[in-house]
Parts: sequence; C-alpha cells; structure tokens
Amino acid sequence: MNLRKYLNVYKKFLHTSLASELEYKTNILVDLITAILSLVGSIFLLSIFFQNNGYIGGWKFEQALIIQAIYTILNGITNTWFNPNLTEIVKHIREGTLDFVLLKPIDSQFFISLKKINPSGFLEIIIGFLLLFLCIKINQINLNLSFLTLSLITISCSICILYSLWFFISTTTIWFVKTWNAIEVLRSFLYIGRFPLNSFSFSLRIFFSIFIPIAFITTIPSEVFLGLSVLWKILLEVIVATIFLITSRKFWLFALRFYSSASS
Amino acid sequence: MISNLINRKISTLLKVQYSNMLEYRVEIALWAISGIIPFFMLNIWTTNNLNESINISDVLLSRYFLCAFFVRQFSVVWVVFSFEEDSLMGKVSPYLIQPLNPFFRYFAQHIAEQITRFPFALIIAFFFFIFNPESIWIPNLSTLLLSIVSTFLSFLIQFLIQSIVACLCFWTEKASSIERLLFIPTLFLSGLLAPVVSFPQYVKSWIYMTPFPYLIDFPANLLSGNETNIIGGLSMQILWIILLLPLFKKIWSEGTKKYTAMGS
Repeated sequence: MNLRKYLNVYKKFLHTSLASELEYKTNILVDLITAILSLVGSIFLLSIFFQNNGYIGGWKFEQALIIQAIYTILNGITNTWFNPNLTEIVKHIREGTLDFVLLKPIDSQFFISLKKINPSGFLEIIIGFLLLFLCIKINQINLNLSFLTLSLITISCSICILYSLWFFISTTTIWFVKTWNAIEVLRSFLYIGRFPLNSFSFSLRIFFSIFIPIAFITTIPSEVFLGLSVLWKILLEVIVATIFLITSRKFWLFALRFYSSASS
Repeated sequence: MISNLINRKISTLLKVQYSNMLEYRVEIALWAISGIIPFFMLNIWTTNNLNESINISDVLLSRYFLCAFFVRQFSVVWVVFSFEEDSLMGKVSPYLIQPLNPFFRYFAQHIAEQITRFPFALIIAFFFFIFNPESIWIPNLSTLLLSIVSTFLSFLIQFLIQSIVACLCFWTEKASSIERLLFIPTLFLSGLLAPVVSFPQYVKSWIYMTPFPYLIDFPANLLSGNETNIIGGLSMQILWIILLLPLFKKIWSEGTKKYTAMGS
C-alpha cells in the first residue's frame, strides 16, 4: 500500500466526479437553498422548545446551537462523501459491476468509499462552520491550542463513526440487495443528533449511546466546545471510533466472501 | 359500460401493485420504522415538561404524536422519485401510448403500499402503547371516519404537489432535488415534529393559509381528539385539491407536448 499512489488516484476521482456533478449547476443551487432552509427549520424547532424554558436537558439555547452547527457540518460531510458513494454500492451489487471494482489493483473499500463527490455538500459544510464561528462568539469561547486539538480529535472521531455506520449498512447489501430503506432508517435515527442527548429520557439515552452511538457523534464534540467535557468521555469516543472503523473494515472483507456477482 | 371499464382498470391496477408491494415486505417494514421521528420528538416534549407551556396534557400530546405518526405513514408520497427514474430510463414512452394517464399507475402503487404498510404501522402502535399504556384510547366511529377522510385528502394534496414537481422532469432531469427542497417546509411546518398550536404567534398568523398544517397537524388533531376546527380544516383541504388539480392537468399537458424520449 503506498500513499502516493492512493493520493494520485484520489485526485483523479475528485476531478472526474466534480466535472460530472458540475453539469447540474442549478441542482447545486437548489441543494444550497435546501441546506439553508433545513438549518433554519431546525433552529425554528429549537426555538419552539425554548420559548418558555430556559434550559433543555441542561443546555441553554445558545449552547444547543453549537450542536446544530456540528450536525450541519457532519451532515454536509455525509452528503458530500458518504451518501453519493455508498448508495452507489447498492447499484454495483445489483448490477454486478462490483466485479470491475474488485479486479482493480486498488483497495476496494477505498474505491467505493471515495469514488464520487457531491459538491453541494461543501456548501452545507461552510454554512455549518459559519454557524459554529457565530456560536463561538456568542458563547465567548476562548480559542487555544489544547481546545482546538481536542475538538479536532472528537470531530474526526465522529466522522469515523458516521462513516462506519453508513458503510456497515451499505455492506449488508451483499446479502439483502436492496438496503435503500435501511439507510432511511439510519437517516431518521441520525436526526436525533440535532438535539442534546440529555433532553431525552433515560432509556432512549442508553439506546443512543450503546446500540447506535449517535450520542457520541454530536454531543461530545459540542461539550468539548463548551469546555464541559470530561477526559474519559473523549477517550471513550476515540475507542468507540476505532472499534467501529476496524469492525466495518473486517465486516467488508467478510461480506466480500459472500459476494457472488449478479445473476449467479 | 364506461364506468365498468374504469372499475376494471382500477381493480387490476390495484391488484398488480399490491402483489408487487407484497414482494417488498421487509423494505416497507423498514420504511415504516423510519417514520418514528414523531416519537423521539414526543420524548423531548415530555422529558422536559415542555407541554405545560402550551396547555396540552401529557396524554393528549402523546396521542397527538401517535396520530401524527399514523397520518404520516398513510400520506407518504414518493411519486417524484419513481417518475424521475422512469423518465430517465425511458420507461415513460410506453406508458404514454397507453390509454391511461401514467399517474394512475403511481397512484395505485401508493395505495397498494399503504395497504401493505398498515399491519406494520399497527405493530409499531402496539409497542407504543406498551410503553405508554396511559395514552390508550378508542376514537368514536365518526371521528375515525372523518380522520380517515382527512388523511386521504392530505395524501391527495401531497400526491398532487409531488406530481406537479414530477412533471418538471419534462424540462429538467433532476426534479427530485426540487422535491427535497419542498420537503423541508413540509417537515417543519406540517406538525410532524411539533404541533402547530405550539408555534410562535408570528408563524401561526400566516401558517393556516398554507397547505402545510392540513397535511399532518389537522388530521392528527382530529384523530387524537385534540381541539380543532373540523369543517374549516376539511374545507381548506378540499380547496387546496381544487386549486392543485387544474395546475397538474395544465403542466401535464404542457409537459407531454414537450416530451422527447431519451436519445432523440
């Protein structure tokens, strides 16, 4: 495995998929408006929750906004990379074109996870960062090096967990062929990530920490931003992210043994 | 004679689509699960005692969200996505030759899917009652019938709106992104995530002029026994259908004139 080769291949991926996606320019504009509206809608929903209460699950409105910002960034990343690629897996398997991917002298997981890119997701990431900077201002957060490293670590762990979840479900396509709706289920569960974990009842909190670690994805990074996080939580997130990454890799290699092309 | 023929067409379409849908039981079950967001929202409302500020008791609120779940289950529309795929694949051409508007085919598909979905929705409701036994209630027959009618009207409104968007496929290749844009106000303003009563005054003053509250909030209030204006709601639903139907007919006839099969 050499890094330079993969970097070069990735550059080619970027080039081809950007070229094909930029064919649909109005589409990108529509997607941008969608991203903005959905953020406005979520903040509207939050404001309903807060209209007669100062705190929800121990979070103030300004603090809960940070969760929205991080969710928007992660959702942008999902729309840029995970969604377009991993829905492609379904197509590869149904039409049997996964054969061509497997025959290439390149890691198959690398190929199917990074082949495509959807530029309209970038805009969502930018919107998310803008909101995040605004939140940093509102909440008067001091930017220093240790804080930056910690937030970077937790956000990258969130990205890893999110990727593994998506990849996990897409991999099951090898057995079930159509997993489009399983992805919808994941999407609707991820929606919970827009709200602080503490605002849910105890049983749901357990469910969202153990079975589907949505709690780790947005709440822990937001706590880091607010300086509320404790070290063991961050360590736990790193461990969970590592376990998820390794398992999703193992699961992919395991699933490939059952792949038998289309109509065979 | 003519009505007999129409009846035969309808029953054949329904039978074909129903047996087709039964093939995808697991998919439909998953799809039913992906609609449980209202329950998560209910959890936020009750855990944080947010309902006190809008004068709705716990029990009525949980019934509201259960009904919102049901109404949503039976008013989900995906005609844009089917039509977009069919028109990109060139399947629309043979449909256009047939003496039947292809949208009847999609309509039958949706109805058949709802019939298939019904048992799964009941199972989810059953689990909901296990966790919230105090919210069990039996609506009286007239309320039940009225809410079935209004749910169907809500489905019709959404079906018409989406069909209009689907007809944009004749002009642009990716009409589904416009649908995703329209879905955002539907999600936040229809009452799926928060009952419209809880909205701030500056939204309540204009929202009843839009079709959104009649999609979920009105039928759900009706079914759950919350206070609502039955005659006003039903007449607004019918009004929107009367407004949208000619628009659909117009755009359909314009679009089919414009239609050129792929590759021509």
